[in-house]
Amino acid sequence: MRVAVVTFPGSNCDYDCYKAAQDVLQADSYYVWHREHDLGAAGAPDLVILPGGFSYGDYLRAGAIARFSPIMREVMDFAAAGGLVLGICNGFQVLCEAGLLPGALVRNASLQFRGEGVYMRVENATTAFTSAYAPRQVLRVPIAHGEGNYVADEATLARLEDEGRVVFRYVDAAGEASAEGNPNGSMRNIAGIMNEQGNVLGLMPHPERAIEQLLGSTDGRGVFESIAASLAGVR
Amino acid sequence: MSDFEVEVRITPRPGLLDPQGNAVANALRSLDFPGIGEVSVGRLVRLRLRAQSADAAREQTDRMCRKLLANPVIEDFDILVRPDRPDRPDRPVGS
Repeated sequence: MRVAVVTFPGSNCDYDCYKAAQDVLQADSYYVWHREHDLGAAGAPDLVILPGGFSYGDYLRAGAIARFSPIMREVMDFAAAGGLVLGICNGFQVLCEAGLLPGALVRNASLQFRGEGVYMRVENATTAFTSAYAPRQVLRVPIAHGEGNYVADEATLARLEDEGRVVFRYVDAAGEASAEGNPNGSMRNIAGIMNEQGNVLGLMPHPERAIEQLLGSTDGRGVFESIAASLAGVR
Repeated sequence: MSDFEVEVRITPRPGLLDPQGNAVANALRSLDFPGIGEVSVGRLVRLRLRAQSADAAREQTDRMCRKLLANPVIEDFDILVRPDRPDRPDRPVGS
């Protein structure tokens, strides 16, 4: 299995993603610099990860400039052909700016950068990214962002809910999608969504930072295990 | 061709939570300024542009806004076009 981790100027979670893919997926991970025009010399990868960080210093809006990097044209073609794309934190912001996912991520309601552990609930355990989890399983994962407040118009939100595309929702310790459990003000406590075809997932929390006990949690492993299972099924 | 000075004013769409605007409103109220209503905080992009006409400059800026400068999901924008004045007092140093 080959996993391409795209590095933008200002990405800072690229190694975490590289390592998670290597350790959990036993994948051949490699970096792709944002100026590149293809996703790997050996042909299309099995998975593309857009990592966290502050691409282009978050100038203008988070993800707004990265979205026009040359490699994004390849990522969009890869996604259109059904390839699995995982956008984490800044990667989620880039996917929204690129129009691969609906809505936008704005300044946290608290105006504070939030770097802490949160709970999120698996709202749809039948996706390529979540099949290793139980339905409504509550995960402990870290967040680290200042602009993770998910917004979309009512019609988009209704559609996301109806189609099971709200994949993760912030919850409190009791597993309820309450205001206390919401770290950034996201509408409907949304932490992660996927596209209509189910092959592009974006989420603000960092599953790649929760893959071994040393990091405080192993709850993020399931995302990578699900991807492995999904890819094994394809083959 | 003529030189224009273009200003794009980008503001959060009404009805969307504007945490920066709310924080500024609260700060102004705590400073005892009377009558503070809704406050909104946006961005100003100023650029100089060479174009055939003011209309052409506006049209090109509109496309810039839709493609990059604003995100229509969360922001509104409006565009002001005026002739560039070489002697304008706010001309950035070094330009």
